[in-house]
Amino acid sequence: MNLNPLAIVLQTALLLALAPLMSGLIKNWKAKLQNRRGPRIWQPYADIIKFLRKDMVISEHASWVFPVAPYVVFISALVAGLMVPMLTAQAPLSLFGGVLAVIGLLALGRFFLALGGLDPGSAFGGMGSSREMTIAAIAEPAMMLAIFTVAIGAGSTDLSHIVQASQGPMWNMLNPTHAMAFVALFIVLLAETGRIPVDNPATHLELTMIHEAMLLEYSGRYLALMEWGASIKQLVLMTLLVNVFLPAGIATEASPGALAVSAGAFVAKLLVVAAEVVLVETTNAKLRLFRVPDLLSAAFVLATLALLSTFLFK
Amino acid sequence: MPYNMEFSPGVLLALALTGYLLGAAGALALWKRPRAARWWSFGGAFVAATCGLCAAIAALVQGADGSSWSVKLPQLMAYLPMDIPMKLRLDSLGAFFVLVVSLPGLAVSLYSLGYARGFEGCRSVAALGALFNVLLLAMTLVFVAGNAFLFLIAWEVMALSSYLLVSFEHEKPETRRAGVLFFIMSHIGTGCLILGFLLLFQATGSLDFGQFHAAGGGLPAGKRDAIFLLFLTGFGVKAGIVPLHIWLPAAHPVAPSNVSAVMSGVLIKTGIYGMARVFFDFLGAPPNWWGVTVLTIGTVSALLGVLYALMEHDLKRLLAYHSIENIGIILMGLGASLMFVHSGHPALATLALIAGLYHTLNHAVFKALLFLGAGAVLHATHTRNMEEMGGLAKRMRWTALFFLVGAAAISALPPLNGFVSEWLTYQSLLQGFGTTESLIRLMFPISGALLALTGALAAACFVKAFGITFLAQPRSESARQAQEGSRTMLLGQGILTCACVFLGLFPMLLLRLLDPVTQQLTGEQLSGQLTTAGGLVLSTGVPGAGTISMLGITVAGLGLLVVPLVLWLAFGRRARTRIGPTWDCGLQGLTPQMEYTATGFSKPIRMIFKALFRPRREVQREYDFSPYYATTLRFESHVEEVFQTRIYRPLNLLVLRFSRRLRALQAGSIQAYLIYIFITLVLLLLWTL
Repeated sequence: MNLNPLAIVLQTALLLALAPLMSGLIKNWKAKLQNRRGPRIWQPYADIIKFLRKDMVISEHASWVFPVAPYVVFISALVAGLMVPMLTAQAPLSLFGGVLAVIGLLALGRFFLALGGLDPGSAFGGMGSSREMTIAAIAEPAMMLAIFTVAIGAGSTDLSHIVQASQGPMWNMLNPTHAMAFVALFIVLLAETGRIPVDNPATHLELTMIHEAMLLEYSGRYLALMEWGASIKQLVLMTLLVNVFLPAGIATEASPGALAVSAGAFVAKLLVVAAEVVLVETTNAKLRLFRVPDLLSAAFVLATLALLSTFLFK
Repeated sequence: MPYNMEFSPGVLLALALTGYLLGAAGALALWKRPRAARWWSFGGAFVAATCGLCAAIAALVQGADGSSWSVKLPQLMAYLPMDIPMKLRLDSLGAFFVLVVSLPGLAVSLYSLGYARGFEGCRSVAALGALFNVLLLAMTLVFVAGNAFLFLIAWEVMALSSYLLVSFEHEKPETRRAGVLFFIMSHIGTGCLILGFLLLFQATGSLDFGQFHAAGGGLPAGKRDAIFLLFLTGFGVKAGIVPLHIWLPAAHPVAPSNVSAVMSGVLIKTGIYGMARVFFDFLGAPPNWWGVTVLTIGTVSALLGVLYALMEHDLKRLLAYHSIENIGIILMGLGASLMFVHSGHPALATLALIAGLYHTLNHAVFKALLFLGAGAVLHATHTRNMEEMGGLAKRMRWTALFFLVGAAAISALPPLNGFVSEWLTYQSLLQGFGTTESLIRLMFPISGALLALTGALAAACFVKAFGITFLAQPRSESARQAQEGSRTMLLGQGILTCACVFLGLFPMLLLRLLDPVTQQLTGEQLSGQLTTAGGLVLSTGVPGAGTISMLGITVAGLGLLVVPLVLWLAFGRRARTRIGPTWDCGLQGLTPQMEYTATGFSKPIRMIFKALFRPRREVQREYDFSPYYATTLRFESHVEEVFQTRIYRPLNLLVLRFSRRLRALQAGSIQAYLIYIFITLVLLLLWTL
C-alpha cells in the first residue's frame, strides 16, 4: 500500500511515451484498412514537438480560464493514469483513489476542456462543449454501471484489488456478466475518446466535430498539452478496459521477469483493442448526434443486464 | 440565573442567540439611519454566527464521547397559558446542524455588509437586516429546540421571516406570486408537522423530544407509518423534494441574493434535520419501505432537479433547481442508511448516514457560495438572465474564480468537497451488495448509476452556468460595464471558497466531528475506521474496499506540473505568445450575437429528454424577397413544467371548484348560520352520548 517513487516515475514515463503511439497506430492502421498509406505511427510525437516549438496565438476574448484549461486537462489525465494498473497489479497511486477517482479526474479534465472551448467566444467551441458535455452525461451511467459490476464482483473500487481479484480461481473470462460489461465499457470508450460512431477524430468539418471544435482556438504549447492529454485519456481508458477484463499476464510482483512478461502481454492486449477500434471506425458511419443516445442507452442496458446477471451467476 | 458557566457550548450558544436578537432589535432601532443599521445588523449577525460556529464545534468535540446533554435556559415566557417550558437542547445532531447554519451564515453576513449597500436609499436596509437576523435566529432555534412546542414556534418564525424576505422586492408581481406560493406550500408542510407532533403527543403524553425518543420505537406499526408519512411530507416541502418542490425555484431567485444564499444553503436543510431527527431519533427501527421511499424520492429529486436546472437561463433559478438535486443526493444517503438499519448493518448504515450529512454541510457551503457569486453578478449587471451576461471573468476576476470553485465542487469534481461526499455515497451504495437483501442489491447500483447521470448532467449544467456567464464576449452593455463587488462581498465568498477546498482536502476533521452524531443516531462511530495513513487517506471502513485522498491527488497533480515545465524548457523557450482575434471564418469579426447561448448549449439535452420537457418552439420570420434573408426573426422556446401543468394546476382547479360549491353555504344570511351552529351542536351532543 506504500507509495513507490520509482513506480510513479516509471508509469508516468510509460503513459507519456505510449499514449501518442496508440493514437498514431490507430490512425495508421485505419488508413491501411482503407487502402491508404496513412501517416507514420510516429507522427503524433513529431506533431507534439512541433506544437511545443510553435508560437501561440491567444484569442483576445479569452480570459484566464483559457490558459489554465490545457494544464488541468493534461495533469488530470496523467494523475488518473497513475491510479490504473498498467504493468503491475499494484497501481502507483492506488492509495489515493480507485476507479471512482479515475472517473472523477477525467470529468475534471472534461469540465475544463469544455470551458476552454467556450472561452474564445467562437460558436464552434460552444457547440463542441455543449455536445461533449451531453455525450459525457449519457455515457456516464453506462460506464458507472459497468464499473459497478466488476467492483461488486471484487468487493472493492480499488483498481489494484479488482485486478488481483479477477486473477483468482473464481475468474472466468467467458462469464456473461463480464462479457456484457466489457461490451458496454467498450462502447463508452468509443464515445469518451471521440471515435467514429460518436465523433470523428479526423474531421474538421464544422458541423460534425465535437472534440476538435473545442480545440479550434488552441495553438502551440497549449494545443500540444490538449492533444497529448486526450491521447493519455484514451490510453487510460484502454488500459482500464484490458487490465480489468483481461488481466492475464499482469505482474503481481516487481521482478524483472514478471515485468517483461507483463509488458509483452500489456502491449499485445492494447494492440487487440486498438485493432477493434480500427475495425469499428472503418466499418461504421458516424451517427447523427441525436442517434448517439440510442447507442449509449444500448450500452446502459447491457451494463444493467450485466449487473442483473450477477444475481444469476453467483 | 441557571446558566452553567463552565459549560462553554451552552454559553456560546446563548451568546449567538442573543447576538441575533440584538442585531435584529438594533436594526429596528436604527430604522432611520440605513448605514448604521446595515453595519449593526450584519455585523451582529457575523459575530453571532461566529459564536454559533464555535458553540457547535465545541459541543461536537466535547460530545465526542457519545453522550448527549441538554441545557435549560431560563424560562423565556413565564406567563404562558399552558405549562410548557421553552426547552433548549444542544445535542450532537442539533450541534451539527448549528454548524451547518453558522458557517454559511458567517460568510453571508460578511458579504451582506457590502451587498446591502445597494439597497440604501431605495429600500429599508433596516428591515432587511432585522429579518435576516430573525431568520438566522429562528433556524438556530429550530436546531436546538428541545420540545415540539418551541420547535413549531421557531419553525413558524422561520417561515414568516423568510416569506417577508422573499417578498422584499414586492413591487414586482413575480415576487409577490412567488411569496404567496411559498407561504401556502410552507403552511401545508407545517400542517403536516403539527399533525405528526400531535400523533406523537397522543402516544406519549408529552411534547418533549426526549420522551418521543424513548417511546417512538414502541408505537403500533400503523401509527408509526402515519407519523413517517406526515413528517416526510411536512419536512419534504421545506427540503424541496420532488413533487413538493414547486415553490423553491419560484421563491429562492426573487429574494435578495444574500437571502437566497441562506435559503438555498441552509433553510432547506431544516427539512433534512427534521427527517434525521424523526426517522432516526424518534421512530426507532424503520420498516424497509421507509428507506425504499426515501431513497426513491432522493434519486428522482436528484435527477429531475438537475434536468430542470439545465433548461434554465436565469442564473438564480438554475441554482435553485440544483438545490433540489442536492437534497436528492442527501436523501439518497439517508434512505440507504434507513435500509441498512432495517437489514441490521449498523456500520453500513453509519457510512451512508455520514455520506448524507457530509453532503448536507458541503451543499450548504457551495450553494451559499454560488448564490453569493450570482448575487455579485446580479449586482454588477442588474440582470439574472444569463443570455445577457458573458465576459465577466475578465471584469470580475475574483468572483469568477470563487464561482468556478463552487461550480466544480457542486459538479463533484476532485479535489473539492462535493467529490468526497459523493464518493461516500457511491461507496455506501456499492457496499449494499455485501448484504443479503435482494432489494438493496438491486436498488443500490441502479441508484448509483442514476447518481452518475445526475453528476454528469450537473457538470454539463455548470459548464453552461460558468461558461455563458463569465466567459467569451459580453452579450449586453451592462455586462460590458460590470465591475467587481466590494471587498466584504469578496471576503464572504473567499471564506466559503476556502471551506470548499478545506472540506475536500481534509475530510477527516469533519468525520471526527460527526462521530457523536452517528453515535446518537445509529450507535456507531466510524471516523477511526474511515481514515488510514495518519488520517490523510479516506477509506470505506471495509479493508481493501477502496481508499481516496484528495490531498494526495492534489499533491500528485502539482508535482506532475514538472512535466509541462520540462517540456517548456526543452522545446518551447523560444515560442512567443500573441494576442489575436478568434477565428471568424473570414467574416468582419465575431460579435456577441454569434456566441453560443445558454439555450443553445442545453439544446441537445432538451432534445434527448424531450419526453420529459415537451419543448415547444415558435419561429416567426418576415422577409422581403427570400426566406433566407429574413428582415426580422422572432424565436420563442418553452419547456413544459410537468409538475405545474399535470399535478398542481388540476389540483388548483379542483380546489377552486370545490370552494365555489361551498360558497352556497356562506350566503350571508344570519338565520342560515344559526341553523348550521344548531345542527353542529346537536351532532356534537349525539357524538358525545
